[in-house]
Amino acid sequence: MDLSLSTRNVSGPGGDRTVVEVGGEIDVYTAPKLREQLVELVNDGSYHLVVDMEGVDFLDSTGLGVLVGGLKRVRAHEGSLRLVCNQERILKIFRITGLTKVFPIHTTVDEAVAATD
Amino acid sequence: MATVELRFSAQPEHVRTARLVAAAVARRAGVDEAVLDEVRLAVGEACSRAVGLHRSHGITAPVRVVLTEEEKNFSIEVGDGVTGTGGGAGGADSGTPDGASSGDLHDGDAEGEDEMGLAVISGLVDDVEVTSGDDGGVIRMSWPTNPAVAMP
Repeated sequence: MDLSLSTRNVSGPGGDRTVVEVGGEIDVYTAPKLREQLVELVNDGSYHLVVDMEGVDFLDSTGLGVLVGGLKRVRAHEGSLRLVCNQERILKIFRITGLTKVFPIHTTVDEAVAATD
Repeated sequence: MATVELRFSAQPEHVRTARLVAAAVARRAGVDEAVLDEVRLAVGEACSRAVGLHRSHGITAPVRVVLTEEEKNFSIEVGDGVTGTGGGAGGADSGTPDGASSGDLHDGDAEGEDEMGLAVISGLVDDVEVTSGDDGGVIRMSWPTNPAVAMP
């Protein structure tokens, strides 16, 4: 299964949010596509991102690296990167790497869009 | 004796194949269903790391994956062709910046990924051994099997 990506803009109480819906497998082969997408969004001025991972079947450390890279980029513009994930097997990877402390992880896109710091 | 042995050229697109094969052989060997996700992830991490090492060191030899079904456990060995620094204990220095960040792993994220890969493996797998020798580095992981499940 390849990686699928789609983006849409949603307005929330804290302003506009760009939701990136990711599906399929994020691994060493597909992660560069996700990286390009995140870089492009930030270059285009979208600094508040919500990455919806509900459709992700597989995530490895390469994918984690891309998400951390995305976070670094949006933070450079005082932005935010929130994740939406309910899948235990994906959450586990964030937990064992300690990244649950780095990323705000929400159960729904609505909740992530509504969140303000 | 190895149950299944796989060799693939150090291309990122083949890592998925290695994951699928490893999970299929592990299932047949009687590794618990609940653990198969961990097997898939761990072997993917080890292979991604080996692919990265081969590419950054300009090694053309294939990455080697050996899947072995034993009486009470199932083991996976992922071997890279990088001598010395290869699987080096902890692997902290394995992603030497010399060429690791070239090509498609631009962006400076590559180094962190290598360490994160090992962090994921050690967080997932209880029985894991990282060694380095004249033939290159090897990550060896094993999981207990339930022989009752192995019967068709």
